[in-house]
Amino acid sequence: MTKRSIFNNKVLPYVLLAPQLAITIVFFFWPAGQAVAQSLLRQNPFGTRTAFVWFENFVHVLSDDAYLQAVGNTILFSGAVILLAMGSGLLLAVTADKPIRGAGVYKTLLIWPYAVAPAVAASLWLFIFHPTIGILGRTLNQVGIHWDYTLNGTQALLLVILAAAWKQVSYNFIFFLAGLQSIPRSVLEAASVDGATPRQRFWKVIFPLLSPTTFFLIVVNVIFAFFDTFGVIHSLTRGGPAKATETLIYKVYVDGVVNLDLGGSSAQSVILLLVVITLTAMQFRYIERRVHY
Amino acid sequence: MNRVLMGIILVLALVSGATFAGSLPAGAGFSPTLVAQVPGGRVTVDFWYGLTRPLGDILEGIAFDFNNSQTKYRVNPAFKGAYPETMQAAIAAFRAGNAPHIVQMFEVGTATMMAAQGAIKPVYQLFKEAGVSFDPSIYLPAVRGYYSSPDGKMISMPFNSSTPITFYNKDAFRRAGLDPEKPPQTWAELRAAATRIRQTNAAPCGFTMAWPTWTNLENFSAIHDVPLATKMNGFEGMDTEMQTNSPLHVRHLQTLMDMHREGTFKYGGRDSAGDALFPSGECAIIHGSSGLRARVIREAKFSWGVTYLPYHDDVKGAPKNSIIGGASFWVMTSPRRTADEYKAVAEFFKFISQPEIVAKWHMETGFVPITFPGMTLVQALGYWQANPGADIPFKQLTRSRPTRNTMGLRLGNMPEIRVIFYEEWEKAFQGTQTAKQAMDAATRRSNEVLRRFERANAP
Repeated sequence: MTKRSIFNNKVLPYVLLAPQLAITIVFFFWPAGQAVAQSLLRQNPFGTRTAFVWFENFVHVLSDDAYLQAVGNTILFSGAVILLAMGSGLLLAVTADKPIRGAGVYKTLLIWPYAVAPAVAASLWLFIFHPTIGILGRTLNQVGIHWDYTLNGTQALLLVILAAAWKQVSYNFIFFLAGLQSIPRSVLEAASVDGATPRQRFWKVIFPLLSPTTFFLIVVNVIFAFFDTFGVIHSLTRGGPAKATETLIYKVYVDGVVNLDLGGSSAQSVILLLVVITLTAMQFRYIERRVHY
Repeated sequence: MNRVLMGIILVLALVSGATFAGSLPAGAGFSPTLVAQVPGGRVTVDFWYGLTRPLGDILEGIAFDFNNSQTKYRVNPAFKGAYPETMQAAIAAFRAGNAPHIVQMFEVGTATMMAAQGAIKPVYQLFKEAGVSFDPSIYLPAVRGYYSSPDGKMISMPFNSSTPITFYNKDAFRRAGLDPEKPPQTWAELRAAATRIRQTNAAPCGFTMAWPTWTNLENFSAIHDVPLATKMNGFEGMDTEMQTNSPLHVRHLQTLMDMHREGTFKYGGRDSAGDALFPSGECAIIHGSSGLRARVIREAKFSWGVTYLPYHDDVKGAPKNSIIGGASFWVMTSPRRTADEYKAVAEFFKFISQPEIVAKWHMETGFVPITFPGMTLVQALGYWQANPGADIPFKQLTRSRPTRNTMGLRLGNMPEIRVIFYEEWEKAFQGTQTAKQAMDAATRRSNEVLRRFERANAP
């Protein structure tokens, strides 16, 4: 008699899920619900005066010039970080996958940056690139390049893009490497036998077979670029100079915690949540169709 | 086997459920500020402050002196980050029901704190309810007026009041061929001195400033007797508007931009970031808080001096008295406060207002002696004779009778307004906008902030 694989117990699944659900409710749904509620209120910083103002906060936020600038910054910043992080990750994975001497060492070392906390990573970059106390920063100024990211907005944006992308390269590298290693050698050998050049082999055989990994990484990288880059920006530039590196997530922090405008900040949070949900949904709808599983 | 597994999992679920249930009610039982009233133990009071080292250490020393001087109360000082971070921490703590007893709030947070009616306990009320005697007339008028209500009742406890002054590097002056005993008094003289220092390379940088908006916008307006905002800089009402796009303000920013372009002025960054550039010897002249003195004494390896902030000598009425900076102590309420705890706070405040403490605080830092008895004690000790220049902050604060423009300022969301000015000035220094555009944009944006404050706080 074959062993049946139907699970009999009705209660056990819920019991097993309960701790995770509890965490999700307490740390995700509860704060999100509070943010939505707060976005419909106008309060003074201490919360002693509250007024229900419908969608006034949303109107204020969307008609604010600084908000539109933050949207532009975010698109530019996220696009650059995603391209840079995924492109570098893929390049490094392809190179590290080759049978070269010390491949194991490279693979290990390329994973290390992922273990560094974002704020620490940003401090490391600060100590390299600061115009007065950074090694490379001072060198650049001595050579004659006017490097001062504390005053120059473009340089500041460049620096935070580099720092944020550096953090994420390792993550992409690991996944791309795993994806590459799961491609059967026989397919590649068949392509070589058929006369494909290395370049054709990559773009016509390897890259399509990597598409599940790529799709997954695009989703994760978008979320990273939108949300997890807060630590990097806060430690390096604080959104400055003159809001050049103020992305949407950083603006939520500045308006809520520093400027004590909790209603406006919550409204921005809700808008950002909707934007990322839409982006992810779009990715699943349109890009997943082109993924070869 | 199945049943054993089920049993183990149920037990685990119960335990984790109990842990969550126990920790969900915010604050109850887990709060470290809950006072343990052990019979015979001390009443403890949490005191959050925002002064960095070395000043923070000296302040903690005063708290420990209070603890050692009696056995009934204990003050627990805790550093919560610089002034902006301490303010955010206090507000977040209050919203969570965990506010500290005392919080040190910088002077530009005064309007926000005063508008928080239920969250703070005014100092005059604290003393009355605790039955501790308190005489507000011992405080200097500039200090007392800044932290009192329009009808003269003191709302927060002044402690560390500073004013910005000029520190200069005497060795660098000597190297540049300038007279180290005759520091520049006007902006024209300062610019000439900085130019000379750069030409002779007596120092890598001529002139910089810390707290740029405080030294060169707020105090600039006071010294030149021009308003920073209408309604007596906000004292008379929340419907105040910024007056910072006046020709004089635009002209001053233009002067700074010209100096930045010619290399005589180096923008040191926001808030206290510019502090580091003077004791290291990099910049020969700095506009900074009088409280910077403690750090300069410890770190400067050159001979240095202090003098007044400079003024444009073609402005009528200049120079007037400067306005105070620094911070004061606010008493925060909480549903769980007891009368004993408020009494502890009142006793601590009484302790720090004694002339000995006021004098000691002034002599060890650069903050001014804020009470008349304290000032008399400092003079009696001969401190000002022994340390020439230590009395400059005090003299600059009392240089003239305060006018409507020199009483100080009370603008809501001032930290946000300062950041707006930092941003517009930074763009101007980068050359991406003119001085007029910068001041117009900053004035417009600041007025929006003031209107938002008014909407959220108007009775």
